Amino acid sequence: MDNRSIISSYCIIRNKQVNLNGSLFYSGHEEQPAGFFLELYKHCSMNYPKFHKMDTLCRLGFLASELMLSRKKLNERYRGEDIGLILYNAAASMESDKAHQKSISSRDSYFPSPSVFVYTLANIVIGEICIRNKFFGESTFFIEKKFNPSLIHQYVGDLMARDTVQCCLTGWLEMDGDHYDGVLYLIEKSTPDNHGIVIFEPEKLSQIYLQGT
Amino acid sequence: MEQLIAKLKNEIIEVLNLTEMTPESIDENAPLFVEGLGLDSIDALELIVLLEKKYGLKLSTADEGKTVLKSVRSMAEFIRANNKG
Repeated sequence: MDNRSIISSYCIIRNKQVNLNGSLFYSGHEEQPAGFFLELYKHCSMNYPKFHKMDTLCRLGFLASELMLSRKKLNERYRGEDIGLILYNAAASMESDKAHQKSISSRDSYFPSPSVFVYTLANIVIGEICIRNKFFGESTFFIEKKFNPSLIHQYVGDLMARDTVQCCLTGWLEMDGDHYDGVLYLIEKSTPDNHGIVIFEPEKLSQIYLQGT
Repeated sequence: MEQLIAKLKNEIIEVLNLTEMTPESIDENAPLFVEGLGLDSIDALELIVLLEKKYGLKLSTADEGKTVLKSVRSMAEFIRANNKG
Protein backbone atom coordinates (compact mmCIF):
# COMPACT_ATOMS: atom_id res chain seq x y z
CA MET A 1 0.00 0.00 0.00
CA ASP A 2 1.27 3.43 -0.89
CA ASN A 3 1.71 5.65 2.14
CA ARG A 4 3.15 8.54 0.16
CA SER A 5 -0.09 9.73 -1.32
CA ILE A 6 -1.92 12.78 -0.07
CA ILE A 7 -5.41 14.26 -0.16
CA SER A 8 -4.60 17.48 -2.01
CA SER A 9 -8.15 18.81 -2.14
CA TYR A 10 -11.67 17.84 -1.17
CA CYS A 11 -15.22 19.06 -1.57
CA ILE A 12 -18.36 18.21 0.40
CA ILE A 13 -21.85 19.01 -0.91
CA ARG A 14 -24.73 18.23 1.45
CA ASN A 15 -27.51 19.95 3.38
CA LYS A 16 -27.59 23.00 1.09
CA GLN A 17 -23.94 23.73 1.83
CA VAL A 18 -20.59 23.35 0.13
CA ASN A 19 -17.41 22.78 2.09
CA LEU A 20 -14.25 23.25 0.02
CA ASN A 21 -10.99 22.14 1.64
CA GLY A 22 -12.34 22.66 5.14
CA SER A 23 -13.97 26.05 4.59
CA LEU A 24 -17.60 26.88 4.01
CA PHE A 25 -17.68 27.84 0.33
CA TYR A 26 -21.40 28.31 -0.16
CA SER A 27 -24.62 28.09 1.81
CA GLY A 28 -27.81 27.99 -0.25
CA HIS A 29 -31.55 28.14 0.18
CA GLU A 30 -33.20 25.68 -2.17
CA GLU A 31 -34.48 22.58 -0.36
CA GLN A 32 -34.77 20.25 -3.36
CA PRO A 33 -31.54 18.80 -4.78
CA ALA A 34 -32.20 19.96 -8.36
CA GLY A 35 -33.01 23.47 -7.12
CA PHE A 36 -29.93 23.67 -4.93
CA PHE A 37 -27.63 22.35 -7.66
CA LEU A 38 -28.94 24.97 -10.10
CA GLU A 39 -28.56 27.66 -7.43
CA LEU A 40 -24.94 26.62 -6.89
CA TYR A 41 -24.27 26.44 -10.64
CA LYS A 42 -25.52 29.99 -11.08
CA HIS A 43 -23.72 31.25 -7.99
CA CYS A 44 -20.43 30.00 -9.43
CA SER A 45 -21.23 31.53 -12.86
CA MET A 46 -20.52 28.21 -14.53
CA ASN A 47 -21.13 27.99 -18.25
CA TYR A 48 -21.58 24.40 -19.36
CA PRO A 49 -24.91 23.96 -21.20
CA LYS A 50 -24.78 20.18 -20.85
CA PHE A 51 -25.25 20.65 -17.09
CA HIS A 52 -28.94 21.28 -17.72
CA LYS A 53 -29.35 17.91 -19.41
CA MET A 54 -27.67 15.92 -16.63
CA ASP A 55 -29.57 13.95 -14.03
CA THR A 56 -29.13 14.97 -10.40
CA LEU A 57 -26.38 12.41 -9.70
CA CYS A 58 -24.31 13.81 -12.55
CA ARG A 59 -25.00 17.38 -11.47
CA LEU A 60 -23.79 16.56 -7.98
CA GLY A 61 -20.57 15.01 -9.28
CA PHE A 62 -20.06 17.70 -11.88
CA LEU A 63 -20.40 20.54 -9.36
CA ALA A 64 -18.12 18.95 -6.77
CA SER A 65 -15.45 18.20 -9.39
CA GLU A 66 -15.66 21.66 -10.94
CA LEU A 67 -15.24 23.37 -7.59
CA MET A 68 -12.26 21.21 -6.70
CA LEU A 69 -10.49 21.13 -10.03
CA SER A 70 -11.01 24.59 -11.50
CA ARG A 71 -7.76 25.89 -10.03
CA LYS A 72 -5.81 22.65 -9.98
CA LYS A 73 -4.79 22.64 -13.64
CA LEU A 74 -4.35 18.86 -13.53
CA ASN A 75 -3.89 18.61 -17.29
CA GLU A 76 -0.77 20.77 -17.05
CA ARG A 77 0.77 18.38 -14.53
CA TYR A 78 -0.53 14.96 -15.60
CA ARG A 79 -1.32 13.14 -18.80
CA GLY A 80 -5.04 12.39 -19.15
CA GLU A 81 -4.20 8.67 -19.06
CA ASP A 82 -2.66 9.12 -15.61
CA ILE A 83 -5.73 10.64 -13.98
CA GLY A 84 -8.18 8.13 -12.53
CA LEU A 85 -11.74 8.44 -11.31
CA ILE A 86 -13.10 5.98 -8.73
CA LEU A 87 -16.53 6.65 -7.27
CA TYR A 88 -18.89 4.98 -4.84
CA ASN A 89 -22.49 5.23 -3.72
CA ALA A 90 -25.38 3.12 -2.44
CA ALA A 91 -28.34 4.14 -4.59
CA ALA A 92 -26.59 3.75 -7.98
CA SER A 93 -28.67 5.69 -10.55
CA MET A 94 -31.96 5.27 -8.65
CA GLU A 95 -33.38 8.70 -9.51
CA SER A 96 -33.03 8.21 -13.26
CA ASP A 97 -34.13 4.58 -12.92
CA LYS A 98 -37.37 5.76 -11.29
CA ALA A 99 -37.91 8.48 -13.90
CA HIS A 100 -37.41 5.97 -16.71
CA GLN A 101 -39.69 3.42 -15.07
CA LYS A 102 -42.40 6.08 -14.76
CA SER A 103 -42.15 6.85 -18.49
CA ILE A 104 -42.75 3.22 -19.46
CA SER A 105 -45.31 2.26 -16.80
CA SER A 106 -48.38 2.89 -18.96
CA ARG A 107 -49.09 0.85 -22.09
CA ASP A 108 -51.27 3.66 -23.38
CA SER A 109 -48.63 6.32 -22.92
CA TYR A 110 -45.40 4.47 -23.57
CA PHE A 111 -42.84 7.16 -24.37
CA PRO A 112 -39.45 6.36 -22.84
CA SER A 113 -37.24 9.43 -22.93
CA PRO A 114 -33.81 8.83 -24.49
CA SER A 115 -32.31 11.66 -22.46
CA VAL A 116 -33.55 10.07 -19.22
CA PHE A 117 -32.59 6.55 -20.26
CA VAL A 118 -28.95 7.46 -20.92
CA TYR A 119 -28.54 8.28 -17.23
CA THR A 120 -29.81 4.93 -15.96
CA LEU A 121 -26.29 3.83 -15.06
CA ALA A 122 -24.37 5.21 -12.10
CA ASN A 123 -21.09 5.37 -13.99
CA ILE A 124 -22.41 7.94 -16.47
CA VAL A 125 -21.28 10.58 -13.98
CA ILE A 126 -17.74 9.33 -14.50
CA GLY A 127 -18.13 9.92 -18.22
CA GLU A 128 -19.46 13.42 -17.69
CA ILE A 129 -16.51 14.38 -15.47
CA CYS A 130 -13.96 12.70 -17.76
CA ILE A 131 -15.34 14.42 -20.87
CA ARG A 132 -15.28 17.76 -19.13
CA ASN A 133 -11.72 17.37 -17.83
CA LYS A 134 -10.17 15.11 -20.50
CA PHE A 135 -9.41 12.31 -18.05
CA PHE A 136 -8.63 8.99 -19.69
CA GLY A 137 -7.26 6.95 -16.78
CA GLU A 138 -8.69 4.03 -14.81
CA SER A 139 -12.31 4.51 -13.79
CA THR A 140 -14.84 2.45 -11.87
CA PHE A 141 -18.09 3.11 -10.04
CA PHE A 142 -18.67 0.84 -7.04
CA ILE A 143 -22.02 0.32 -5.33
CA GLU A 144 -21.58 -0.03 -1.56
CA LYS A 145 -24.10 -0.06 1.28
CA LYS A 146 -22.43 2.93 2.91
CA PHE A 147 -19.38 5.17 2.75
CA ASN A 148 -16.39 2.91 3.21
CA PRO A 149 -13.09 4.76 3.70
CA SER A 150 -11.09 1.55 3.98
CA LEU A 151 -12.26 0.36 0.58
CA ILE A 152 -11.52 3.73 -1.03
CA HIS A 153 -8.06 3.72 0.50
CA GLN A 154 -7.39 0.14 -0.49
CA TYR A 155 -8.52 0.44 -4.11
CA VAL A 156 -7.22 3.91 -4.93
CA GLY A 157 -4.04 3.30 -2.94
CA ASP A 158 -3.39 0.20 -5.00
CA LEU A 159 -3.88 2.08 -8.27
CA MET A 160 -1.43 4.72 -7.08
CA ALA A 161 1.10 2.19 -5.76
CA ARG A 162 1.08 0.28 -9.04
CA ASP A 163 1.47 3.52 -11.00
CA THR A 164 -1.76 2.71 -12.84
CA VAL A 165 -2.62 6.34 -12.16
CA GLN A 166 -0.59 9.24 -10.84
CA CYS A 167 -3.56 11.16 -9.57
CA CYS A 168 -7.11 10.12 -8.73
CA LEU A 169 -10.42 11.79 -8.10
CA THR A 170 -12.43 9.60 -5.76
CA GLY A 171 -15.22 9.68 -3.23
CA TRP A 172 -18.87 9.17 -2.40
CA LEU A 173 -21.69 10.54 -4.58
CA GLU A 174 -25.09 9.59 -3.22
CA MET A 175 -28.35 10.76 -4.77
CA ASP A 176 -31.56 9.19 -3.51
CA GLY A 177 -34.84 11.10 -3.50
CA ASP A 178 -34.33 14.38 -1.68
CA HIS A 179 -31.16 13.09 -0.06
CA TYR A 180 -27.84 14.07 -1.60
CA ASP A 181 -24.38 13.56 -0.20
CA GLY A 182 -21.31 14.30 -2.28
CA VAL A 183 -17.78 14.03 -0.94
CA LEU A 184 -14.92 14.05 -3.45
CA TYR A 185 -11.21 13.82 -2.72
CA LEU A 186 -8.30 14.49 -5.01
CA ILE A 187 -5.48 12.02 -4.33
CA GLU A 188 -1.98 12.85 -5.53
CA LYS A 189 1.49 11.57 -4.82
CA SER A 190 3.50 13.29 -2.17
CA THR A 191 6.22 15.63 -3.41
CA PRO A 192 8.69 17.87 -1.54
CA ASP A 193 6.28 20.75 -2.22
CA ASN A 194 3.24 19.17 -0.69
CA HIS A 195 4.83 16.93 1.90
CA GLY A 196 3.16 17.30 5.27
CA ILE A 197 -0.37 18.08 4.19
CA VAL A 198 -3.26 15.63 4.63
CA ILE A 199 -1.98 12.08 4.24
CA PHE A 200 -4.18 9.70 2.26
CA GLU A 201 -5.36 7.19 4.84
CA PRO A 202 -8.78 5.81 5.89
CA GLU A 203 -8.94 7.85 9.11
CA LYS A 204 -8.43 11.12 7.21
CA LEU A 205 -11.01 10.17 4.60
CA SER A 206 -13.43 9.47 7.42
CA GLN A 207 -12.64 12.70 9.30
CA ILE A 208 -13.25 14.75 6.17
CA TYR A 209 -16.43 12.84 5.35
CA LEU A 210 -17.80 13.59 8.81
CA GLN A 211 -17.17 17.34 8.54
CA GLY A 212 -20.41 19.25 8.71
CA THR A 213 -22.53 16.22 9.59
CA MET B 1 -47.07 28.22 -39.71
CA GLU B 2 -45.52 30.90 -37.49
CA GLN B 3 -47.81 29.86 -34.64
CA LEU B 4 -46.75 26.23 -35.03
CA ILE B 5 -43.07 27.25 -35.10
CA ALA B 6 -43.50 29.21 -31.87
CA LYS B 7 -45.23 26.24 -30.22
CA LEU B 8 -42.53 23.88 -31.44
CA LYS B 9 -39.78 26.09 -30.04
CA ASN B 10 -41.37 25.97 -26.59
CA GLU B 11 -41.72 22.20 -26.79
CA ILE B 12 -38.09 21.78 -27.86
CA ILE B 13 -36.89 23.96 -24.99
CA GLU B 14 -38.92 21.84 -22.59
CA VAL B 15 -37.97 18.35 -23.79
CA LEU B 16 -34.29 19.18 -24.28
CA ASN B 17 -33.96 21.15 -21.04
CA LEU B 18 -32.60 24.19 -22.85
CA THR B 19 -33.33 26.25 -19.77
CA GLU B 20 -31.04 29.10 -20.72
CA MET B 21 -32.77 29.63 -24.06
CA THR B 22 -35.92 31.48 -25.01
CA PRO B 23 -38.11 30.87 -28.08
CA GLU B 24 -36.90 34.22 -29.43
CA SER B 25 -33.26 33.13 -29.20
CA ILE B 26 -33.86 30.12 -31.45
CA ASP B 27 -33.54 30.79 -35.18
CA GLU B 28 -36.12 28.53 -36.83
CA ASN B 29 -34.03 28.40 -40.01
CA ALA B 30 -30.72 27.54 -38.33
CA PRO B 31 -29.40 23.95 -38.28
CA LEU B 32 -30.41 22.07 -35.13
CA PHE B 33 -27.29 19.92 -35.02
CA VAL B 34 -23.59 20.76 -34.77
CA GLU B 35 -24.12 24.43 -35.61
CA GLY B 36 -27.15 26.39 -34.42
CA LEU B 37 -28.45 24.78 -31.24
CA GLY B 38 -25.56 22.29 -31.27
CA LEU B 39 -27.75 19.31 -30.48
CA ASP B 40 -26.40 15.74 -30.28
CA SER B 41 -27.64 12.25 -31.14
CA ILE B 42 -29.58 11.83 -27.89
CA ASP B 43 -31.34 15.12 -28.60
CA ALA B 44 -32.26 13.78 -32.04
CA LEU B 45 -33.91 10.77 -30.42
CA GLU B 46 -35.73 13.10 -28.05
CA LEU B 47 -37.07 15.14 -30.99
CA ILE B 48 -38.27 11.95 -32.68
CA VAL B 49 -40.13 11.05 -29.46
CA LEU B 50 -41.57 14.59 -29.38
CA LEU B 51 -42.96 14.22 -32.92
CA GLU B 52 -44.57 10.92 -32.01
CA LYS B 53 -45.85 11.89 -28.57
CA LYS B 54 -47.21 15.36 -29.37
CA TYR B 55 -48.14 14.99 -33.03
CA GLY B 56 -48.57 11.25 -33.59
CA LEU B 57 -45.96 11.29 -36.35
CA LYS B 58 -43.31 8.68 -36.99
CA LEU B 59 -40.24 9.08 -39.16
CA SER B 60 -39.98 6.14 -41.52
CA THR B 61 -36.33 6.29 -42.58
CA ALA B 62 -33.02 7.75 -41.42
CA ASP B 63 -32.93 9.93 -44.54
CA GLU B 64 -36.33 11.35 -43.71
CA GLY B 65 -35.00 12.11 -40.22
CA LYS B 66 -32.11 14.09 -41.67
CA THR B 67 -34.51 16.21 -43.71
CA VAL B 68 -37.19 16.68 -41.05
CA LEU B 69 -34.79 17.40 -38.18
CA LYS B 70 -32.76 19.92 -40.14
CA SER B 71 -34.30 22.96 -38.45
CA VAL B 72 -37.33 24.03 -36.43
CA ARG B 73 -38.95 25.20 -39.66
CA SER B 74 -38.42 21.85 -41.39
CA MET B 75 -39.98 20.10 -38.40
CA ALA B 76 -42.97 22.44 -38.57
CA GLU B 77 -43.30 21.87 -42.32
CA PHE B 78 -43.31 18.10 -41.74
CA ILE B 79 -46.01 18.45 -39.10
CA ARG B 80 -48.10 20.73 -41.31
CA ALA B 81 -47.66 18.48 -44.36
CA ASN B 82 -49.08 15.63 -42.34
CA ASN B 83 -51.95 17.80 -41.13
CA LYS B 84 -51.07 17.45 -37.46
CA GLY B 85 -50.15 21.01 -36.60
